[in-house]
Amino acid sequence: MEYKDYYQTLGVTRDASQEAIKRAYRKLARKYHPDVSKEPNAEARFKEVNEANEVLGDAEKRAAYDALGNDWRAGQDFRPPPGAGAQEFRFSPEDAAEFSDFFSSLFGREFHRRPGEPRRRRGQDQTVRIAIDLEEAYSGITRQLRLDLPEVGVDGRPSSHARTLNVRIPSGVTHGRQIRLSGQGAPGVHGGAAGDLYLEVELNPHPHFTPDGKDIHLRLPVAPWEAALGATVQVPTLGGAVNLKIPPGSQGGRRMRLKGRGLPGDPAGDEIVILEIVAPPAETEEARRAYRHMAEVLHFNPRAGLGV
Amino acid sequence: MSQVETRIEGVVLDEGLTVTLAELTRMCGSSGRTLHLMVTEGLLRPQGSAPQEWRFSGLEVRRARRAVRLRRDLELNLAGTALALDLLDELEGLRERIRVLERQLGDRRLAE
Repeated sequence: MEYKDYYQTLGVTRDASQEAIKRAYRKLARKYHPDVSKEPNAEARFKEVNEANEVLGDAEKRAAYDALGNDWRAGQDFRPPPGAGAQEFRFSPEDAAEFSDFFSSLFGREFHRRPGEPRRRRGQDQTVRIAIDLEEAYSGITRQLRLDLPEVGVDGRPSSHARTLNVRIPSGVTHGRQIRLSGQGAPGVHGGAAGDLYLEVELNPHPHFTPDGKDIHLRLPVAPWEAALGATVQVPTLGGAVNLKIPPGSQGGRRMRLKGRGLPGDPAGDEIVILEIVAPPAETEEARRAYRHMAEVLHFNPRAGLGV
Repeated sequence: MSQVETRIEGVVLDEGLTVTLAELTRMCGSSGRTLHLMVTEGLLRPQGSAPQEWRFSGLEVRRARRAVRLRRDLELNLAGTALALDLLDELEGLRERIRVLERQLGDRRLAE
């Protein structure tokens, strides 16, 4: 296993005071807390920082860690010296499941043998992000998930447990929604109940549609005469193409609502269509003639509102 | 390493879900007292007046779980937790607006 330099993790010197360690920990915890942080790998970093604080923040554990000596480097191959782990340390088994092998080799062997133990404990909740396509959110989908769940073995050592779950994602789920799978988190310790598994849904970007909660936005290109004269045009929706009546005299940017054509639910979302007038290319003599004719008969100054 | 094949259906934490204080306590791994204080502080907003009538929506469940984690991990007091949650909600809302608006602007970037 690899040696962990907890001082390096917290960015403090080996002679730092307990107060300085606490300050460094708090600063990093704020920076990498998964609920707050946008840093890449925030969750992994947060765990490392927590583990380092679990050791250095506690005078007894820190002393045991320091007793390994100063010559170790982070990542160096580490074998616990004889007698390591013989001492008793206080921490909760569900924390231990999250900590590294290095940690448990030093501190993690004894807790289940303490008098008064074992105490029944509920397993940890897990949160997993899952990215699905908008069409899948519309129709619902069964997705296969491979999960590595930490667990604490009968010997008290953390290990990892690979599982495959077939999870039904119901139709109408929106970006950022969580799905709770009761009892599918980490197993309990000493007969405790299993934790829960939370799936956090992310919607993959779609080439045309932009979800906004249950509503779906679509920029709909229209020809100038369709907007000016009115027209009935085909509009894509998640449930298939529908006809939309564009009123005469419409301008670019006009918003139209297709009720209930967004993501399903109670109530279902709407599809919000934003008209975008597209000028036809003037690449042929005939097209240029048509534009010149318009210019002559329409006497149109689109910048009149700007006072020029 | 063992492998277990399971087919399961979850519960979406949205407006359609309502849970009691006791259920919320279990889902948050927190004490009823703490959650009670969070309601009093205005951090959680259940339906119903008396604690035994409180019903929390799925969105409140997510908020409560987050509040419990932030409070524990960052050693925040209730007022600090409430502030952090409100700011996080606002931040997420704004990020979502930006995402939608940027898509609406589409390719109409400044062409120099």
